[in-house]
Amino acid sequence: MSGIRYTKDHEYVRLDGDVATIGITNHAQEQLGDIVFVELPAVGKSVEQGAEAAVVESVKAASEVYAPLSGEVVDVNKALEGEPAKVNADPLGDGWFLKLKVKDKSQFDALMNEAQYNDFVATLS
Amino acid sequence: MRYHPLTGEDRADMLARIGAENIDALFADVPEGKLLHEPLPLAPHKSELEVERILSNMAARNVAASHVPFFVGCGAYKHHVPSAVDHLIQRSEFLTSYTPYQPEIAQGTLQYLFEFQTQVAALTGMDVANASMYDGSTGTAEAVLMAHRITKRRKAVLSGGLHPHYAEVVRTLSQMANDEVVTLAPDVMAREDMLAAIDADISCVVIQTPDVFGNLRDLSAIAAACHAKGALLIAVFTEAISLGLLKSPGAMGADIVVGEGQSIGNALSFGGPYVGLFATREKYVRQMPGRLCGQTIDAEGRRGFVLTLSTREQHIRREKATSNICTNSGLCCLAFTIHMTLLGETGLERLARVNHANAVLLADAIADVPGAEVLNETFFNEFTIRVRGDAGDVLARMAERGVLGGVRASRLLPNAGVEDLIIVANTEVNMDEDRAAFVDALRAATSGAH
Amino acid sequence: MLHQQARATKPAAHATRASQTFTGNRGLDLEDPLIFEIGRSEVTGVDVDAPATTKTRLGALERTDPIGLPGVSEPEAIRHYVRLSRMNAAIDANIYPLGSCTMKHNPRLNEKMARLPGFGDVHPLQPQATVQGALALIDALAKNLLNLTNMSAVAMSPKAGAHGELCGLMAIKQAIITRGEEKTRRVILVPDSAHGTNPATAALLGFEVKSVPGDADGDVHLDAAKALIGPDVAAIMLTNPNTCGLFERDIVEIARAVHDAGGYFYCDGANFNAIVGKVRPGDLGVDAMHINLHKTFSTPHGGGGPGAGPVVLSARLAPYAPVPFIVRDGDALRLVEHTEGTQSFGRMTAFHGQMGMFVRAYAYILSHGADGLRQASEDAVLNANYVRACLADLMSQPFGERPCMHEALFDDAWLKGTGVTTLDFAKAMIDEGYHPMTMYFPLVVHGAMLIEPTESESLASLDLFVATLRDLAMSAKRGETERFTGAPHLAPRRRLDETGAARKPVLKWSPPVPIRDAAE
Repeated sequence: MSGIRYTKDHEYVRLDGDVATIGITNHAQEQLGDIVFVELPAVGKSVEQGAEAAVVESVKAASEVYAPLSGEVVDVNKALEGEPAKVNADPLGDGWFLKLKVKDKSQFDALMNEAQYNDFVATLS
Repeated sequence: MRYHPLTGEDRADMLARIGAENIDALFADVPEGKLLHEPLPLAPHKSELEVERILSNMAARNVAASHVPFFVGCGAYKHHVPSAVDHLIQRSEFLTSYTPYQPEIAQGTLQYLFEFQTQVAALTGMDVANASMYDGSTGTAEAVLMAHRITKRRKAVLSGGLHPHYAEVVRTLSQMANDEVVTLAPDVMAREDMLAAIDADISCVVIQTPDVFGNLRDLSAIAAACHAKGALLIAVFTEAISLGLLKSPGAMGADIVVGEGQSIGNALSFGGPYVGLFATREKYVRQMPGRLCGQTIDAEGRRGFVLTLSTREQHIRREKATSNICTNSGLCCLAFTIHMTLLGETGLERLARVNHANAVLLADAIADVPGAEVLNETFFNEFTIRVRGDAGDVLARMAERGVLGGVRASRLLPNAGVEDLIIVANTEVNMDEDRAAFVDALRAATSGAH
Repeated sequence: MLHQQARATKPAAHATRASQTFTGNRGLDLEDPLIFEIGRSEVTGVDVDAPATTKTRLGALERTDPIGLPGVSEPEAIRHYVRLSRMNAAIDANIYPLGSCTMKHNPRLNEKMARLPGFGDVHPLQPQATVQGALALIDALAKNLLNLTNMSAVAMSPKAGAHGELCGLMAIKQAIITRGEEKTRRVILVPDSAHGTNPATAALLGFEVKSVPGDADGDVHLDAAKALIGPDVAAIMLTNPNTCGLFERDIVEIARAVHDAGGYFYCDGANFNAIVGKVRPGDLGVDAMHINLHKTFSTPHGGGGPGAGPVVLSARLAPYAPVPFIVRDGDALRLVEHTEGTQSFGRMTAFHGQMGMFVRAYAYILSHGADGLRQASEDAVLNANYVRACLADLMSQPFGERPCMHEALFDDAWLKGTGVTTLDFAKAMIDEGYHPMTMYFPLVVHGAMLIEPTESESLASLDLFVATLRDLAMSAKRGETERFTGAPHLAPRRRLDETGAARKPVLKWSPPVPIRDAAE
């Protein structure tokens, strides 16, 4: 299955062809609490793997969202500007953050799969 | 000691409960040899009466502004503050509370902050204001940093009419933060060519109106020029009462308005504490420094207020915060907002008109003094005069006649060729007899100046 | 990316009020609308004479549009602000154990002294011959601060603690520039337990912030700190006593290590109140430390300021202190206001600092004297340890049985499985009439509760406070969650919707839209 991969910083990536959809995991939104603001990058910007790509804020916390892969930003979820609550309601669906045109798909393959991520989350608390 | 409730017996009982042999057992973590075993060589405690006598004697060695004809301004102004203001700010619940971290039991503070923000936004003609900065000068330095964040450029241009101490505060911070600052030459007559300094490399222009020499500046063309180059206009004021009579900086196109709020509600107090006012456009609110109070509802649906957008601030964002500011000027902004409420629109406008009228009358009277001339074409309540001879000598001779006649420009700008200039402020406290005393003293002081 | 503990920021469910009244008031608890809702533009509470001339010199810059400010008469204004005041907790009414903030008694003598015309009504730019008493007071306070800290110089102008941090780091940066090392010394070490102002200040000046972990006892991890200290380090910023309320046991060794590597030791002096007269920071190797006059020397907190943050400096940093500073010229004192001819790094603020706070702090120091200052520190530490000892069997301490300094720290391990969080516990304290302790800070302790009783509390006050917290703790352990999760029930407001406030910020009052416009 191509499916979906995860990072230790609690971002997820879904790959369709060479376009990766990126957001934060359900665990991440639970930990942050009510999301009140999302800052998204400009379309056309190039980001390197591990660099700051977006910022997500709850009332008492601000967290950077790091690019799980290198690539060029081809789309951002503008709906989050008016309705950041979508991140809480549907993080893996309507609550996506941005889409990247990926340079190197091997970066995707190196990320955690769902079972690995769930094991990782279980070690945290 | 009158401030310590514990008795010797209490202390012994408490140590026993804790299981400590003596008080120094609780200081056991202090490294070897670093714990003091004797009191420091300071005098022992004193009664209220003794302290009051010592401090009253020190205070008596100063000349209070209320006790003489007083024309000193340049960033701090002598105004009459209604008695109700100082009475109200000394209410225990205002004076001895802290930052409203628990909003359910701090609605008093939060509601006045919300009202303060609304008043400041209205006065400056801007969309949003924060809950105060330390003072106008530190607020100006913060405004420059904010402009750098927004424009992603790191060069500021400071007008030659900006208060020299404000400029120095901006330069100090900018130099330390490795940012560039261009300061235009001292501009006594408001003739500088600001438009020539605006290009696509600068993040902002910082311009004061009324400027430090008292001139009024029309910001509209400068704002347009800044915006055409992707830069911001930061408008500064040091006399908040002027906003009651003058076109607001917001109406002239400013992007950030910052100023000193001392004039409204706050004592001169030898330079502090004061209150910095800070306002901007709604689109820049997330780049603002300082605290913000916002409206919301409680669990029963009742209106209430909370600190909000705190993720900009140091306690959450740490090294990525918009500023390092924490404690600001709470009680001074309460004094500001109470005085502002008492004045209202009608009172503020009338007070501003009285300030202006007094200054106009003084300027007219100075025109008849042979050894002095008023340089300003326009002013609000402060203007610059050129005197025959050294301004410091003239002021000293006026002081001998019991008149504190202003600030010599060379105190703010040494080595700038302004040794013959005095900056003179006139407020509502300068009545007919004070102005007459000023003119007499000036005439006497300048006639002997050869 | 997750570096904060989530907690509820909006009420769990909407509640209805226990007792409705026609006015919305509850007995003596009086509501008041916003001033904009009760004011009228033509009313004023200040009588101002008509201007003596109508001539103007305003050019074309006179305002033509109304500002939009309401006015009220004096009795209405008094009533408005008195009503608002009664919605606030305050030290004058009860213990206010907000850890790290030092909410101690504010002597009223100090208020009276600051308002003497010779202090409150003097202008910063008056001729210096007319303010010799004011300069003498600043000079005397400065000498006292040096005496209490055993340092070489003090910069008086910083306006608050964070402004003092900025001053201290600028002095350090200037020293490094003078040594020609500004390109290589670019790192500031900050413990992960530090106040947020520390990393924010360092970042403001372009330094790279590196975090130093703590150890299992609540101190900075000595070996980790030593491993990070090198020729690239400009300074370490250490709070002592630290934010966990503990005296840093290895502080002298850390100071030595950073000095040996050519760096400086900045001490965050927010907690100096625990050790005044007991330990002198200069004896520990400190190069710069700000002193929060509003904490240690009890100038009123005023709902969030004004503070004052003078910075004491070691001999190595003293030459770089900001202007203005005071020098003695024969019998007179004189302000040096410009950097020409000095090594000063520049200027922090327009004038000379927080004079109003200086007067209060000096009155506090004179009143206490050497014996009283020492007693204040000892009583602050004694009171905190008493609270700690009385709660230790019920609430968990993150660093075990170790004497604390002026504040006692608990975590939320003891609440596990109760369904009650630190936030809920704090809100239940409000119903009992207490301002909660500092919560969720320091960040390194899960569900932190930081209690600072200060020396101003009597034993009877502490005993009732401790008994209340014990009652609440046992209630939580018995599973009486309704006492907590809906709390506060009895405050002027129930829990507020912070999420809503942040999602759709309303930061000022706006006039209601007339119905006919809204309908279009």
